[in-house]
Amino acid sequence: MSNDNSAKKTGPSASPKNRSGLDVPTVAKASDVNPENIGAPGEYPFTRGIFPDGYRGRLWTIRQYSGFGTAEESNERYKFLLEKGQTGISVALDLPTQIGLDPTHSMARPEIGKVGVSLSNLSEAEILFDGIDLSKISTSFTINGTAAIIYAMYLAVADKQNVPREKLTGTIQNDILKEYVARGTWIFPVRPSMRLISDSILFSNGVSPRFNPISIAGAHVRDAGSTAAEEMAYTLANGLAYVDELCARGGDVEKFAKRLSFFFYVHMDFFEEIAKFRAGRRLWARFMKERYGVQDPKAQQFRFGVVCGGSSLVAQQPYNNVIRVAVETMAAAFGGAQSIFTCALDEAFQLPTDFSAELALRTQQVIAHESGIARSVDPLGGSYLLEQQTDLMEQKIVEIMEEVDSYGGVIKAIEEGWMQARLAQSALQRKLDTDSGETVIVGHNYFKKENEDMKAGDVFTLDPTVAKRATEKFETLLDTRNQVEVDKTLAKLAKAAADDSENVMPYLIDCCHAYVSVGEMVACLKKEWGEFQEPINL
Amino acid sequence: MTTLQPSRKLEHKRILVGKPGLDGHDIGAKIVALTLRNAGAEVIYTGLRRTPEQIAQVAVDEGVDMVGLSILSGSHNELVAAVIDALRECDAADIKVFVGGTIPSDDQQHLLNLGVSAVFTSDMSLDAVVDTLAEKLT
Repeated sequence: MSNDNSAKKTGPSASPKNRSGLDVPTVAKASDVNPENIGAPGEYPFTRGIFPDGYRGRLWTIRQYSGFGTAEESNERYKFLLEKGQTGISVALDLPTQIGLDPTHSMARPEIGKVGVSLSNLSEAEILFDGIDLSKISTSFTINGTAAIIYAMYLAVADKQNVPREKLTGTIQNDILKEYVARGTWIFPVRPSMRLISDSILFSNGVSPRFNPISIAGAHVRDAGSTAAEEMAYTLANGLAYVDELCARGGDVEKFAKRLSFFFYVHMDFFEEIAKFRAGRRLWARFMKERYGVQDPKAQQFRFGVVCGGSSLVAQQPYNNVIRVAVETMAAAFGGAQSIFTCALDEAFQLPTDFSAELALRTQQVIAHESGIARSVDPLGGSYLLEQQTDLMEQKIVEIMEEVDSYGGVIKAIEEGWMQARLAQSALQRKLDTDSGETVIVGHNYFKKENEDMKAGDVFTLDPTVAKRATEKFETLLDTRNQVEVDKTLAKLAKAAADDSENVMPYLIDCCHAYVSVGEMVACLKKEWGEFQEPINL
Repeated sequence: MTTLQPSRKLEHKRILVGKPGLDGHDIGAKIVALTLRNAGAEVIYTGLRRTPEQIAQVAVDEGVDMVGLSILSGSHNELVAAVIDALRECDAADIKVFVGGTIPSDDQQHLLNLGVSAVFTSDMSLDAVVDTLAEKLT
């Protein structure tokens, strides 16, 4: 494309509506603000944040997502990031691990170590966390279909390191509902999956009370193409479905609700994003109090992590992505996020290099420590525009949640593919608006220049021997482990899975200790529970 | 809001949109499927986690003119080659293949050398996708 005049943007640069469909006023006025909705930081309904002292008391956790290849390579990367001042680690897992296929499975081979680390059994986890003290750092795992198994494996590694389970901190994503809609790593049908998740949450509350056993995520639905309002609405609806399931399985909402956490994307519309977080936090508190009668403020609080970047980043003029991530990080901070992950400038199209990963980390550190944003709680609270937009966003979210309810609730909406089809329509709309230039993306559809794409040579290349090494290590494990223990623990797992009144977690931990593989545990559970049948309706 | 303009550029064409391998990101595949249908094509979507052999078999059974493969996990080189081989095994090498996803530029050329008709990435417009496929299918 040439750098001609048609590529330049003139005239009003913003539509009077944002993508969530909220009207944005030219001038917001004092009369637009309802003071009763605002309240004080640390107080119900927590519009201004869950802590009375905001980031002055405790800065958000700076957490970068990484993991690739084999456990050895990821272990090295984690140590590198911890030395650079990162305060938690975030583990990306490869697709075979996420779907529960061992490295030797025919469909696994092309994917081993590609989008994360291959973690097929406890011996790999021992390598992954070698030299990293699990009582001192918090670990976050992006894992869903096999989350209960990976959590069991983490507990088993802690046992091996002699770290008491109650000292463990971190998060497993463990949110299967959005996998059916956007990310696709489902394994079992919806209902047994809900049981598995409930088992892991209730078990975790008991043995590792500082660990977050679920991170209910809107991020993937958003990055796939939903609006900000849809992202929050579907996530809150999914969250309430988990609360219902946990209550049905005998959980005490006053207790388990304290350990529910959330996870979102931040894209570029600054006030839309901040309003989304503030409205979501207020709504969750209201649901907890009004629908479930929750009294303890800690169990009403909406705690969330965010990712800045994702599909808001483009390959053209990629250095602009650093600026995008900086704007998004500020929106996350004004929204009161508990942890922030910043995408690297090249993340939209490849695994980040050491250079780009460090720059992403520095972007957060500059905002956290130089900008002064962290000094005062909810610094934009009381802004006419932001408060008005927060109220409108809350109404919009409720409207979308009511649509899901009137369809018959999230489980039905997912089983029948309704939510998936809705998302596809929103995603198509976003693409059409970008193609037409109605949504401006600098360097992509306006202000273009030739030869400004990311150059080859800055591409991170994965060691091509990864799949071979992972497979060989796995075959060695099969030859050396105690097969009697493997068979015994798997038989007990099958029995527990068949009995709805059992909690499967202790059996999964026993399997891990016996070096049963993720694929073997999943195959065992599939026999009892079946597999999800994907509804295909476009 | 920009609306999707129906066209007849792909009228009478049958196209299979497939997700080979384990990648679960299906929105790109669905957007393209909806767009091709809007351009008049009959579109069949496989759903997630199909093997190359399954995709080739469906392509033959459904008598499609073209197979689109959506891959965002970085496994495109292996999976695309496997689908092309599988089509050849079924005596269906005449069925054209296009690919969409996160495909680095060096790999785009590699896929074209394998015999792929077109490679699309997310920064291309949907109009360009339809026009390119219409041209490849004449």
